[in-house]
Amino acid sequence: MATLTPEKQNAYWRKTSRLMWTILFLWFVFSFGIHFFAPALNKIVIAGFPLGFYMAAQGSLIAFVVLCFWNSSAQNKIDEEFGVAEE
Amino acid sequence: MATGKTSASFINSLGKIYGGYAGGFVGFTILLAILEQVGLPQRVIGYAFVVLTIGVYAYIGILSRTMELSEYYVAGRVVPPFYNGMATGADWMSAASFISMAGGLYLGGYNALGYVLGWTGGYVLVAILLAPYLRKFGQYTVPDFLGVRYEGNVARFCGVVVLFCASFTYIVAQTFGIGIVTSRFLGIGFEVAIFVGLAGILVCSMLGGMRAVTWTQVAQYIVLIIAYLVPVIWLSTTKYGLPIPELTYGQALQEIAKLEQTLGIVKPHTSAFTDARGQFSWVEFNNFWALVLCLMVGTASLPHILMRYFTTPNVRDARKSVGWSIFFIFLLYFTAPAYAAFAKLEVYQDVIGKDISALPAWVQNWSQVGGLLSIKDANGDGKLQLAEFIINQDIIVLSMPEIAGLPYVISGLVAAGGLAAALSTADGLLLAIANALSHDVYYKMIDPKASTARRLIVARVLLVGVAIVAAAVAGTRPSGIIQMVAWAFSLAAAGLFAPLVMGIWWKRTTATGAILGMISGFGICLFYLIMTRYYPATFKEWFGVDLWFGIRNISSALFGLPLAFGVTWIVSLMTAPPSKEMQDFVDSVRIPSGQVAWGEKAHE
Repeated sequence: MATLTPEKQNAYWRKTSRLMWTILFLWFVFSFGIHFFAPALNKIVIAGFPLGFYMAAQGSLIAFVVLCFWNSSAQNKIDEEFGVAEE
Repeated sequence: MATGKTSASFINSLGKIYGGYAGGFVGFTILLAILEQVGLPQRVIGYAFVVLTIGVYAYIGILSRTMELSEYYVAGRVVPPFYNGMATGADWMSAASFISMAGGLYLGGYNALGYVLGWTGGYVLVAILLAPYLRKFGQYTVPDFLGVRYEGNVARFCGVVVLFCASFTYIVAQTFGIGIVTSRFLGIGFEVAIFVGLAGILVCSMLGGMRAVTWTQVAQYIVLIIAYLVPVIWLSTTKYGLPIPELTYGQALQEIAKLEQTLGIVKPHTSAFTDARGQFSWVEFNNFWALVLCLMVGTASLPHILMRYFTTPNVRDARKSVGWSIFFIFLLYFTAPAYAAFAKLEVYQDVIGKDISALPAWVQNWSQVGGLLSIKDANGDGKLQLAEFIINQDIIVLSMPEIAGLPYVISGLVAAGGLAAALSTADGLLLAIANALSHDVYYKMIDPKASTARRLIVARVLLVGVAIVAAAVAGTRPSGIIQMVAWAFSLAAAGLFAPLVMGIWWKRTTATGAILGMISGFGICLFYLIMTRYYPATFKEWFGVDLWFGIRNISSALFGLPLAFGVTWIVSLMTAPPSKEMQDFVDSVRIPSGQVAWGEKAHE
């Protein structure tokens, strides 16, 4: 067990949870939310791509990559703030 | 590396080693391309690709042999995040992603994008919910976590059962894919080809376990990504003058839309949630979401993926490694829709409406592989109509270079890529199953006093045994690759997601709650899958419908997931809360630094 007091442990977990829920929400938006509107978005065509098709084929994928790297760096900041980062 | 322990100098020179290897592979491909121009026969090219790449994997596998437990189970926990990302990419992208997915997009259009979304977004769940905490926990297998967190072998055993069912279904699909590739490119029968492929799988994993699989998977990733990107970039450049297919295939989509009108196709490629008549369909709509959810949650539950994050040096690297994993996977996935669009355009432009007698050689070549391509002149006019051209989704990617008239060397390259994808995933799965049986069942449940040498021998015997059974089952051609793989995801999602996530994120989760949750979630999923697949008449008799809410059985976890969470939650609240030791244990898993607090009960 690291040297965290129960209060600090709770504060750490609250911050971590908040980050988790934020990213989970964005994950939901890009996995499901925007695709509900695919038939409507498909009416907008950019560079030959119907937008609804594009979002499911590529747009959301870019968002997933960004979310994973963002989570990694944001969580590192929280770890350092509480002094629980490794080494 | 020969000592059986991974040395620091090896880790430091990884960039040089794999850089040289990638360069060598590209050089080899160019050499074959030149030889093809001066008359090297196609058969030799096919052999060269298949034999040489398997040879390299085997070489790495043999170099990485080990008798150290932590090397065998978790590659010594020294794999840098970047390389673990590549290895995970290969582990993840299987015959389904490489061979079948673009084919699914070709046939299904927008509705098949559920696979593209579902097989990428799950990594966000892995990153935020599981990977760092499982890494901190720091044992060897996923059932290990269940066994400790839920205090005993009942939970451990349930975990092993789910792991086995999901991974075994998955591995059968991979062996099937290996059979298709080797049979086509070595010109041998499908049943024999499966066992040739099997030898390729075993030689990578048997001697070195996770260590060997890790370093071959990195090599396999390099081959598979080059093989996937080259033909698409080639077509994009020759057709539209820009080597970025992800941007240019919009034009292909437009051309397809025009041809669809001339050919009288009622279901446009890009239209969302439409049925075969081109009308909006609630069934397609519901199934799309169900599939996306099941595949994503399945990603975050499949033990062969989760155990890759046991191999990084620390928690921070585990998180970063998830980022690299999805990045490397993304490179293939966001190209797949372009692959499908180019293939469709080629077929619509250059195959349909042509004289059947004048069709090129590839039609002949592919018609011979297990009935995956059939051409029948139904109306006897000598011309090929769209309805007379039936192509199986599992061969679109493999045959596309030939369809588009690219040099045969590209076909050989794609075959090597498909093989790399199937072999790497098969190896990861095989290891997950064999490790669960040898570590969790044999060592933890049957003979806790077994010596290291004995444990490693048992692990290897099981590895070979499972591989042979998988090959035998694949020989019976139970179903299409992509369906089998989707079942595996549903099974894993229904059985493992709730106990893993709740075990970390809700301290109040009790052993009884988790065990009953697993049994009920997995049970209902398996029931739905088996009944609707093998006993549809009985199912209809019992429930009066063909499918519940029209949900296809590839998304069976849609019923299992909520039940698993619900049962775990309610039963946990009805039973006594976990002990103080257990709560301390969960606290210690949640923070990256410090020791894991093994409570008395947790410590076996």
